[in-house]
Amino acid sequence: MGQITLQRVRKSFGPVNIIKDANLDIENGSFVVFVGPSGCGKTTLLRLIAGLEDVSGGQILIDGRNVVDVPPAKRGLSMVFQSYALYPHMSVRGNIAFGLKMAGLPRPEIERKVEAAAATLNLTPYLDRKPRELSGGQRQRVAIGRAIVREPKAFLFDEPLSNLDAALRVQMRLEVTKLQKQLGTTAVYVTHDQVEAMTMADKIVVLNAGRIEQFGSPIELYERPANLFVAGFIGSPKMNFVPGDAAGEPGAATLGVRPEHLKIGKEGEGWPGTVSVAEHLGSDTFLYVEAGKLGMLTARCIGEFSLKAGDHVWLSPDPARLHRFEKDGSVIRR
Amino acid sequence: MMKSKEVVLATQQTQVLGRALLIPAVALLFIWMIVPLAMTIYFSTLHYSLLDPGTESFVGLENFRYFLTDPAFLTSLQNTLVLVGSVLAITVLLGTPLALLLDQPVIGRSVVRLMVIAPFFVMPTVSALVWKNLLMHPVSGLFAWGATLLGLTPIDWFTDAPLFAVILIVAWEWLPFATLILLTALQSQDEEQKEAAEMDGASALSTFIYLTLPHLARPITVVILIETIFLLTVFAEIFVTTGGGPGLQTTNIAFLIYSQALIQFDVGNASAGGLVAVVIANIVAFFLVRIIGRNLEA
Repeated sequence: MGQITLQRVRKSFGPVNIIKDANLDIENGSFVVFVGPSGCGKTTLLRLIAGLEDVSGGQILIDGRNVVDVPPAKRGLSMVFQSYALYPHMSVRGNIAFGLKMAGLPRPEIERKVEAAAATLNLTPYLDRKPRELSGGQRQRVAIGRAIVREPKAFLFDEPLSNLDAALRVQMRLEVTKLQKQLGTTAVYVTHDQVEAMTMADKIVVLNAGRIEQFGSPIELYERPANLFVAGFIGSPKMNFVPGDAAGEPGAATLGVRPEHLKIGKEGEGWPGTVSVAEHLGSDTFLYVEAGKLGMLTARCIGEFSLKAGDHVWLSPDPARLHRFEKDGSVIRR
Repeated sequence: MMKSKEVVLATQQTQVLGRALLIPAVALLFIWMIVPLAMTIYFSTLHYSLLDPGTESFVGLENFRYFLTDPAFLTSLQNTLVLVGSVLAITVLLGTPLALLLDQPVIGRSVVRLMVIAPFFVMPTVSALVWKNLLMHPVSGLFAWGATLLGLTPIDWFTDAPLFAVILIVAWEWLPFATLILLTALQSQDEEQKEAAEMDGASALSTFIYLTLPHLARPITVVILIETIFLLTVFAEIFVTTGGGPGLQTTNIAFLIYSQALIQFDVGNASAGGLVAVVIANIVAFFLVRIIGRNLEA
């Protein structure tokens, strides 16, 4: 079991409030990703759950028990650190076994569990190597092995893939997701990479300046962002924001439309503009269009368009995919 | 891929030029070292006493035989090893916990650190004088005062435990050095590793044994190697406090050589002693590197 509930959790360092009243319900077995810009408090929130930081207020419940006064090791969680934090003087075997050894398990049982974890992660040939003799991806797997061997209630991942190169990151992303589904253990994962968040999560928590902006499934966040921040943060390229009155929607302060929901229309259809840059990726074409008082718009068009800088285009937004926002940034629901 | 001929030639030329430019410096260093060594070797084969000028004569290895069979030699060798070993043990065993304490966040940490490091900057002669006259003096010293206060008989340090007294003084001088090196090493220890150990349920003691001590292995090696070099030649502290006595109880090899040359005025014998000391230092270095030097690799 691994149900984690945060109730009005606050954290401040001196006068600075890092986390302001976080309420969250993480279901057993789900994969929850904390995402947000750097400095938004996502790592702090994870460390609060881990117990590496003490809360300034509120409660953290794990399986219904308040754990704010419980030391990290007794919370039944395990953590994968950004720098992996492997013990450099121990072999891979020693690293994976350390937690079990500290728990005082009998030696044959430790041996059996370490072998099993190593087999799951394809680390068996490397068990007697030191961390410095391993590649980045292998070190990452040792760190994960150290986490799974203790059979925790939940895994906590602190930007674990940020030190890997792009190709390896995609591969490890898949492996981590697969492993989590296979074990069925709750996972809380921190990242600043929204692609990682979208692809791995069952539920995403978008954080900004210590506040939880929205909590929902990836598609929910994409299709129904609760406010300007989430709308701008989720999705790549970023959503276009135009002033409502300039776009002929005086009811909304801001109008948002995703680049993929802007079509190149016929003359007189939609918003006129001039292409300032065209990025040709083959599968898509990204057009950066100077659209007068609407500002700079980005359009993502499927396929190849032989448009170049200086060409005049008409961009027509998909009316069903328009997002309307109030002055305070919250979305206008229809 | 094969290197082109030009590239090979260019590399060779750079190497030749580099070596040529290094020659003056290397030659100077070589002469700097070889002239005193050659003179020492030369003097060590002479009967050369300053009390008896003009009678220098070649005596072969007679000086060496005399020095090595002198009963004072074995005593001072033993004193040297005891002094080096004890000071090493005290500085490392006290320096580690001291460094751990100084690594903790306390109010006025920078001032405390400065004070801990201060003894290292006191000249050996000065600190020896302070210890001899202000601390260990059997009548007016601070220790004697403390002992009297507790109703104990004051210890006459330099009569009853002269070598131990010298060891205490030298250890006091070198403790800051060990502490400083170990402290900087502790500060370079990865925070996330300690947190990972915390998540793994390791107690403070286990974290120290399994993570911190292995991390300190290399700096401890450095402390031992560097201190050994300097401790083999401790002189000022002995000269100021005991003058090698009572008897030979605090005479180490360095002090023995001094007393041969400038108390007995026997330059030939002192030179032979100096060469013996060089050999002893090399033997100690050899064993040290064999025992702990592998910590420095990789």
